[in-house]
Amino acid sequence: MALSIMNIALADDDADDRMLFEEAIGEIEIKTKLSLFSDGKQLMDYLTQPQAILPELIFLDLNMPIKNGMQCLREIRQNESLLHLCVAIYSTSSSEQDIEETFVHGANIYINKPNSFGALKKAVEKALRLNWQYHTSALNRDNFILRL
Amino acid sequence: MTLNIKFDYNFICKAVLQEQLDNLGLEYTLQSLGEIKFKNKLTHAQRDQLCQAFGKYGIEILDNPQNVLVQRIKEAITELVNDSDKARKYNVSTYLSNTLNYSYPHLSSIFSEVTHSSIENFIILKKIDAVKHLIMDKNLTLTEIAHRLNYSSVAHLSAQFKKTTGLTPSSFQRIIKKRKEKGITP
Repeated sequence: MALSIMNIALADDDADDRMLFEEAIGEIEIKTKLSLFSDGKQLMDYLTQPQAILPELIFLDLNMPIKNGMQCLREIRQNESLLHLCVAIYSTSSSEQDIEETFVHGANIYINKPNSFGALKKAVEKALRLNWQYHTSALNRDNFILRL
Repeated sequence: MTLNIKFDYNFICKAVLQEQLDNLGLEYTLQSLGEIKFKNKLTHAQRDQLCQAFGKYGIEILDNPQNVLVQRIKEAITELVNDSDKARKYNVSTYLSNTLNYSYPHLSSIFSEVTHSSIENFIILKKIDAVKHLIMDKNLTLTEIAHRLNYSSVAHLSAQFKKTTGLTPSSFQRIIKKRKEKGITP
């Protein structure tokens, strides 16, 4: 229950965004192990391996080639063994409709890709902390929704 | 057809603990929900078995005394949030230091060290969790909820909800309703 290492996955097709995210998460106090994927198919292939170490939190970009974030979200929520994973949508879209749509389909967190490094770090940190609380405290995870 | 059910978490946890401990044939007494006292010292093998048996239910054996204290702080806060009479009578810092027999600054610094979050933040999280439960499962109005959970006003409740979740109470309610209609449970 002490804050040991948290496994995080990020699926994003933009190499610069992946790099920035990796840098931001590296500067946060919480210890994490980050796995990077450049499209949704790669991520889903990894998650559905029988021996996969499942991440505590998955960050999903919405617009990706081959398999987009929304498809991944649906597959995760329909898969018995992935159903309980915490999913954060990480996207440039700020349309209210998109946001609500992802929540309705089972996203826990929605982060608008921030345009500064400081804001990115802050958003990721908040997501990690809250996710941690939901993992370690008797909070109702069905109702875990956060928009940043 | 839909049935609404309510859980008594303490009862469930106690039942699970007893079932698992009896299975392993250990002699024990349950001190409180977070503390089990064994008559004899456990062997390594027994401890591993217990770890495994508990693990299936998401129950963890804590070994660091700081973690134990944090767990007790969380339990005390949960009790306070769920009992509106108590919450009206005591302020949090006095309540915690009285129940746990440590000074508030000590509790507060251990809590922040272990969880990377403050006691104040945890209380807000716990209260918002209660608000969500009351909105969804009891269909109470925000005015009733504000009164029950000792918010000074509905405006204060709404503002704290928005600040903590990024959503207004009504959009939260709409999302959860739609999820239920689609049968999606994260």
